[in-house]
Amino acid sequence: MNLGIFSRRKSEVVDQYGAPGRGRSTAISAVTIVIILGGWWLATQLELIRPLFLPAPEMVISKFNRIACTDYYFEQLLVLIGASAAVTSECQGFSEHALHEHVLWSLYRVFGSFFLAVITAVPIGIAMGMSRYARGVFDPPIEFYRPIPPLAYLPLTIIWFGIGESGKLFLIYLACFAPIAINARAGVRSVSIEQIHAAYSMGATSQQVIRQVVIKAALPEILTGMRVAIAFGWTTLVAAEMVAAKAGIGVMVLNAARFLATDIVFLGIVVIGAVAFIFDLIMRRIERALVPWKGKV
Amino acid sequence: MTAVISLNHVAMVFPALQGLGSVKALEDVNFEFRENEFVVALGASGCGKTTLLNVIAGFLPPTSGQVLHKGDPISGPGRDRGVVFQKHALLPWLNVIQNTEFGLKLQGVASAERRIRARENLALVGLSDFENYPIYQLSGGMQQRVGLARALTCDPDMLLMDEPLGALDAFTRENMQELILDVWQKTRKVVFFITHSVEEALFMATRLVVMSPRPGRITHEYKLDFYNQYFESGNARQVKSSAEFIAMREEILSIIYGEERSGLEP
Repeated sequence: MNLGIFSRRKSEVVDQYGAPGRGRSTAISAVTIVIILGGWWLATQLELIRPLFLPAPEMVISKFNRIACTDYYFEQLLVLIGASAAVTSECQGFSEHALHEHVLWSLYRVFGSFFLAVITAVPIGIAMGMSRYARGVFDPPIEFYRPIPPLAYLPLTIIWFGIGESGKLFLIYLACFAPIAINARAGVRSVSIEQIHAAYSMGATSQQVIRQVVIKAALPEILTGMRVAIAFGWTTLVAAEMVAAKAGIGVMVLNAARFLATDIVFLGIVVIGAVAFIFDLIMRRIERALVPWKGKV
Repeated sequence: MTAVISLNHVAMVFPALQGLGSVKALEDVNFEFRENEFVVALGASGCGKTTLLNVIAGFLPPTSGQVLHKGDPISGPGRDRGVVFQKHALLPWLNVIQNTEFGLKLQGVASAERRIRARENLALVGLSDFENYPIYQLSGGMQQRVGLARALTCDPDMLLMDEPLGALDAFTRENMQELILDVWQKTRKVVFFITHSVEEALFMATRLVVMSPRPGRITHEYKLDFYNQYFESGNARQVKSSAEFIAMREEILSIIYGEERSGLEP
């Protein structure tokens, strides 16, 4: 029997005989996703598992509609275009905020910290790659704190920064900082000594070598570091929002768990997953646009 | 004739690694590169050819002795000495023309002017139609030609070429030999060219230097004019298959093999 989608179709790159993992896997992944979603739906339809443990997909969707206030905003849209006179439904949201407010707060925290991490960790990582002094100074603290789970130093950030936004930003910042710095440092090593020598023999100054050769050569690895960092940022988000946050997806999930509202917990998880996934797709696009030579030299 | 680069008693000793004695990579090298010369260094692996090139380029400060550029001691790499590497060492984030003009950009030359000069040199190596190609889409031979155009664009007094054709296939290699000779004839730069290939060395050199390992030093020197025969006839194969060329090739080979064998004896 030959199932079409499982047949080993030729990928764009010419397949070498015996090359590990050759062929495309997209269709197989699609089937996996369908099976997981179908299994979820079936298990809840047949009431094999209680909704407390596994809410039905339609429950999650209806929670999405309620928290995102889809009816409310749809009616507002109708009023706006003059198709309706007044908004009749209310925006309930969850924890006093609609879904988009939770999402925006979380985006602000994750990307704010991420941005601060990028503008500090890239120069420090490059400096660590270029100079033994910078490496000597920054290596011990980074290697020391890097493996510590953020939850362990969460209390410290509260003691230091209080329960405002800065502590939350700092926690996520730390999570993003290490992978970017370490990758930028490793990226410096991907510049070949011939490229540096070539620049010097064309009259480059050491500043020019750093700016026009080393940083450019390190760019693929810096971008990899950014991808890893943003994933760490999402991982740390829920921890950061555990203390005294009013809005945020992490807040939503934690509050929902307190009321055993499993469907909202599911919704939060799906939203975090979706946002993180979309950002990763964007990053891959950026990577292809900025470093088209990656893996080709 | 004036010396563009002169080497006075240059020696290079690499410090000992664990358990091994220090390595005398170069011992008492005296040499002058004069105007219009195409000097080729030939020798077995470890004879100090590349060390010598790196010393002249300014990448390695010699342990003792002096390297003078038109009478002034050199203190490091500079744009008066262009380098073409074995691996092309081009910058993959720049396309062909941007790579070619990179040296002028470093010197702050206005973009319109550096374009013009880069184009001239790309034409010289026959790559005018590839200006906007990314370098990773070029063949190895074309990448080396960009490397040559890039070095020429800085208008150095001297070109240092470290086995620039070593990684190319035999056909491309022969074509590149002719191309480099043609470029040399047009630009008349002083060239220091390193190779493992006796035929390549004989064909291209105005002066051939045979080097010998342990310690690295110059043992033989020849003045040659096979390059001139090529310029006159335009036929490289004919030059390389002449009786005179073959006799010379055997002579050089016997020197190199003789040294290899004597080097193996205790």
